[in-house]
Amino acid sequence: MSEANIIEELVGVGLGSPLAHALLARTDIMNLSQASYDAIIRPREPGGVSHAERAALAARMARQNADESLAEHYLAKLREARADPKLSEPIGAEEIDNYSKRLNAIVRHMDLLTREPKKATRADITAMQDAGITEPDIVRLSELAAFVNYQVRVIAGLKRLKDIL
Amino acid sequence: MTAIVHEFTTELPRWSPYITPVKLSEATPEQFDAMKVTPSNKSVSDYVLVLAHDPESLAQRSPLFNAIMYGNDGLSRAERELGAIGASVVNRCVYCAAVHGSRYNQLTKGTDVVERIFQDGVSAKLAQHEQVIFDFSVKLSHTPPSITEDDIETLRNIELSDLEIVDLVLSTAIFGWANRLMHTLGQPVKTAG
Repeated sequence: MSEANIIEELVGVGLGSPLAHALLARTDIMNLSQASYDAIIRPREPGGVSHAERAALAARMARQNADESLAEHYLAKLREARADPKLSEPIGAEEIDNYSKRLNAIVRHMDLLTREPKKATRADITAMQDAGITEPDIVRLSELAAFVNYQVRVIAGLKRLKDIL
Repeated sequence: MTAIVHEFTTELPRWSPYITPVKLSEATPEQFDAMKVTPSNKSVSDYVLVLAHDPESLAQRSPLFNAIMYGNDGLSRAERELGAIGASVVNRCVYCAAVHGSRYNQLTKGTDVVERIFQDGVSAKLAQHEQVIFDFSVKLSHTPPSITEDDIETLRNIELSDLEIVDLVLSTAIFGWANRLMHTLGQPVKTAG
């Protein structure tokens, strides 16, 4: 299911390089990171958060973390997901108001979790619920923000290490 | 009678969720499988029951977390905890800081380092070795991460191996994940006497 390992690919871990050697002892962690990516970016059961939305939000969060190559990766995933005919069905006029209210609440929460998670309070969860987002979807979205922020930091750390080896 | 805990402490609070935890009696087989991956499954915590709303990610994250924090070789257990503490201070996850501050104290048989960090936050002054590790985890936890090649050199100057540096990156990053769940989906409370 996975195309190789996204983290190692974006870091540019060279075959037989010193970094590849160090990562040999952490193969399990790299594999579980990729399995987490699959479970969060393109889950079998996406609930109310589509693969396209996940890719779009992930690209936004990567950019807020100044990781352009990760943002590009997610924008490519977004294009793939959009090419899926199931996802290009039009939204009815009566649904648009709710749709934008929901998206605004989601984007606001993802921004908070990425930039200043320390400022999050119960009121932020209440705001999501008021916008009609279900509790399972709030957990899915939180995992998405948390995962992308993990991935950004692993890539940043490994890249800087690679640069001096 | 409960009170929200706002200040860093090593006195373990209780985690009180904002989201309704999955009821164990109503859990699906997939949710059960995802929750079982956690080490102590005698009683399932509210935190795990909240995360069970998304069993697919929980099933991967628990073994990932354990591999990063408790895997063999590389960075010492205590120094991984210090990475976790640095992230938790930046993200102000009082619950995570309490759990991992306590573990650090147990592992090092001291309280001085954690006391200083809890008192002075990201500007805490520590002995050189701990300072370098703590400062790195703080910088990596910023949005965007603010580490440079010089920071890696500084880690090498205190004689961390490549694998130990990888482990510090991982233990800090996994708390970039954990803090964003623990601190945003619930809050630490203590039960007043």
